[in-house]
Amino acid sequence: MDFKVNGKAVSFDGEGDMPLLWYLRDIAGMTGTKFGCGAGLCGACTVQVNGTAVRSCQTAMEDVAGANITTIEGLAAGDTLTALQMAWAQHEVPQCGYCQSGQLMQAAALLKENPSPSDEEIEQAMYGNICRCGTYQRIKAAIKAVVSGEIKGGTL
Amino acid sequence: MSFDIENISRRGILKGIGITSGLILAAPLVGCSPAQKAMGKPLKSSVYLQIDPDGTVHLYVHRVEMGQGSRTGLSQIITDELDGDWSRIKLVNAYGDKKFGDQDTDGSTSIRKFYDAFREAGAVARTMLEQAAAAKWGVDVSKVEAQHHRIVNNETGKSEDFSVFVDAASKLPVPDAKTVKLKTPGERTLIGKPKRNVYMKEFLTGTAQYGQDVRREGMLYAVAVRPPVVGGKVKSFDRGAAIAVKGVVDVVELPTLEKPVAFKPLGGVAVLATNTWAAMKGAKALKAEFEDGPNGDYDTTVYASKLWQAIDGESRNFLKVGDADAALKTAPHVLRAQYFVPHLAHAPMEPPAATAEWKDGKLSIWTCCQNPQSVQETVAPYVGQKPEEIYVEATLLGGAFGRKSKPDFAAEAAILAKHAGRPVKMVWTREDDMHHDYFHTISAQRVEAALDDKGKVTAWKHKSVFPSIAELFNPKVDGPTASELGLGLLDMPFDIPNLQVDAGAARGKVRIGWLRSVTNIQHAFAIGSFVDEIATARGTDSLATWMELIGPDRVINPVAEGADYSNYGEKPDRHPIETARLKGVLKKVAEMSGYGTVAEKGRGLGIAAHRSFVSYVASAVEVKVADDGTLTIPRVWMAIDCGLAVNPDRVRAQMEGAVVFALSHAVHGEITAKNGRIQQSNFDTFQVFRMEEAPTVEVEILETTGIPGGVGEPGVPPVAPALTNAIYAATGRRIRRLPVGDQLSA
Repeated sequence: MDFKVNGKAVSFDGEGDMPLLWYLRDIAGMTGTKFGCGAGLCGACTVQVNGTAVRSCQTAMEDVAGANITTIEGLAAGDTLTALQMAWAQHEVPQCGYCQSGQLMQAAALLKENPSPSDEEIEQAMYGNICRCGTYQRIKAAIKAVVSGEIKGGTL
Repeated sequence: MSFDIENISRRGILKGIGITSGLILAAPLVGCSPAQKAMGKPLKSSVYLQIDPDGTVHLYVHRVEMGQGSRTGLSQIITDELDGDWSRIKLVNAYGDKKFGDQDTDGSTSIRKFYDAFREAGAVARTMLEQAAAAKWGVDVSKVEAQHHRIVNNETGKSEDFSVFVDAASKLPVPDAKTVKLKTPGERTLIGKPKRNVYMKEFLTGTAQYGQDVRREGMLYAVAVRPPVVGGKVKSFDRGAAIAVKGVVDVVELPTLEKPVAFKPLGGVAVLATNTWAAMKGAKALKAEFEDGPNGDYDTTVYASKLWQAIDGESRNFLKVGDADAALKTAPHVLRAQYFVPHLAHAPMEPPAATAEWKDGKLSIWTCCQNPQSVQETVAPYVGQKPEEIYVEATLLGGAFGRKSKPDFAAEAAILAKHAGRPVKMVWTREDDMHHDYFHTISAQRVEAALDDKGKVTAWKHKSVFPSIAELFNPKVDGPTASELGLGLLDMPFDIPNLQVDAGAARGKVRIGWLRSVTNIQHAFAIGSFVDEIATARGTDSLATWMELIGPDRVINPVAEGADYSNYGEKPDRHPIETARLKGVLKKVAEMSGYGTVAEKGRGLGIAAHRSFVSYVASAVEVKVADDGTLTIPRVWMAIDCGLAVNPDRVRAQMEGAVVFALSHAVHGEITAKNGRIQQSNFDTFQVFRMEEAPTVEVEILETTGIPGGVGEPGVPPVAPALTNAIYAATGRRIRRLPVGDQLSA
């Protein structure tokens, strides 16, 4: 089966029922996508498939043939971080950091679809992403900072 | 400028399949001194710091990072006193070694216990560089000073980089840490400043390395099925069915748990496979069955009634000032209330994980542990090694909240790696994490107060019953210990002439462990609620009642009252219990929240305050309760007096996080057991706050002393009582049993 991960063509000939999460983490060695619940309940494993945010723990490999997959490792262009990542840094969002790959991939998908979401739309879109450290208000503030255009992409 | 996290070696990186190769964790520091890269000798004036001849500073920050930010804070402290350039600091990942001192990252201790040591370590190195420079320039040492990684000759104005003096400084005797000059607050450039987290770039690009992310060459992945009841034994399992799963390599029975439970693995059956998914499928295919043993009857509903029987039963006294019983007998008014707090789960976003590797007779472990030294000690008896022979490196922790201070999972990994002869990563699933947690205890409390004719409180009698954490280590323990009662009860800050704290008997049926702020959770809930109940009964204002009960400015000393009180391991002269500071945060939070403005129907504001981990926190919670009982929490205000705030932004972040953590538990959190089995498995049945439920949190930091107190935990205790007090203000309904759950719609 052939597909693309962060723009690179790859192929996989393993079990079709393997969730994309475990392909990424164990087979491809890309551990930026996190394991949190294995049941689509926490959002830590969020990646984008053809630009849409999905839970990679609930996405079977047999369903990603031909797809373009973007993971946290592919969000930035090299050292140049996206405006969203820069906003996360400026608002000092992460505490333990573990859920933030998923939060960022979910937020990036939201802004691609809706560049100026309301507070309610942000809350709806981010509903599936749990942060046990409780960084929600900073996540919201960081997303809004990107929406307002006050933060641009750059380097840390 | 980004802070450089050093990866000492990249040996053993597993190559990806052409997509990327994730960074591997820093490998053992054996025979690979960073200093060997340059000429001359490095300056090693402390176990926490080494300066290479090229001026690069390596910090051995020995505490782990789990979101509390103390690696950033400790780096600020040492770099400030060194007068180093933040961009030339490299953080070396922590490994377990007693030479670093206490590495148990628990009890909100990292900054408060190591502030002095890290200041001194920085100042000693700076002093030696200054001495070397003075000698080279032939001037008195008083004429030179460090500034931003350079030594300046104040007579000539000339300055040279640290690197010029490293070799000479390395040959000088190390001065006594107590004699070196430390910076005054006005001279500081990093301490007290909101410095960015040292791991920020890694967090944002998916390159941060957690326990679940460790990869070693030739590694197998393990998933286990453990006895659902603590003390249970394996009865049967289908080895063949597991082996038949593609990718499964082996099935291994783990050693049966024997008392004391401590941090030992629970036993069960592990499946080893070439990837996690195969191991998970193999574990399901095992269809393992277990004998439950004596804890198989655990039912939390039945157990709660036993706790209430113990409340009525025999009392063990832990604090007695005056004669509360006599006062209660003769008082014109007596108030009595009972409070219940259920088991809670830590549920850090990263489930536990550990990777073990045997190489040339040496065992190495990389794991998301809170204490690498405890991993050494826990693992050693299972593998026939001495603790100090085992190399243990703490990865970043994807949250912990106390769970990862118990390294049962690391022992499993070590046992399996020894058996397999190749590296093994033990992966806990979310279900494993929730079923096999070291839960927050389950508790019942009764509080009684005597009031005189004028409504003045003349006696407070408090009884607390819960199974103790100490039972993990000593099966004879059958109820609360003094150290657990010392979290909130023995140190009660009230100016009441008759004060009594008792406990009753209870034995644990599951593993009980520390959870962020520990028994302060239930004690602050009962105290904070009961103050509000007294205010309501008297018809007085809650804030005024808090102030009256706390009384005049003074220092409280429970030891002088005969209590076995440990003050979070701090000396009472360094961290006394100061009532003025508790009143200070209450006043501040009242001011922030507009406390006292008239409540409207369905909207309420509640307050509470609590000292824990030698810091003082007050919370004000605003709630709205709709006619159908739907609860929303729009805003929360937090005022903390933690003494010196080394990194004010991380202090704020900890308060914001503590609010979400405490509210998640107070509103939804409950772990229950039936037939010995935990009823919750994942985030559907153990619900935590999501973004839409989380309130806006405002934080104010009061720094009334220059000595840092704890920050990671103290935000939690006052939040739950402030919430239920707010619910009372809004609805007239008093919540005495957590979680709030559906009690408002019932």
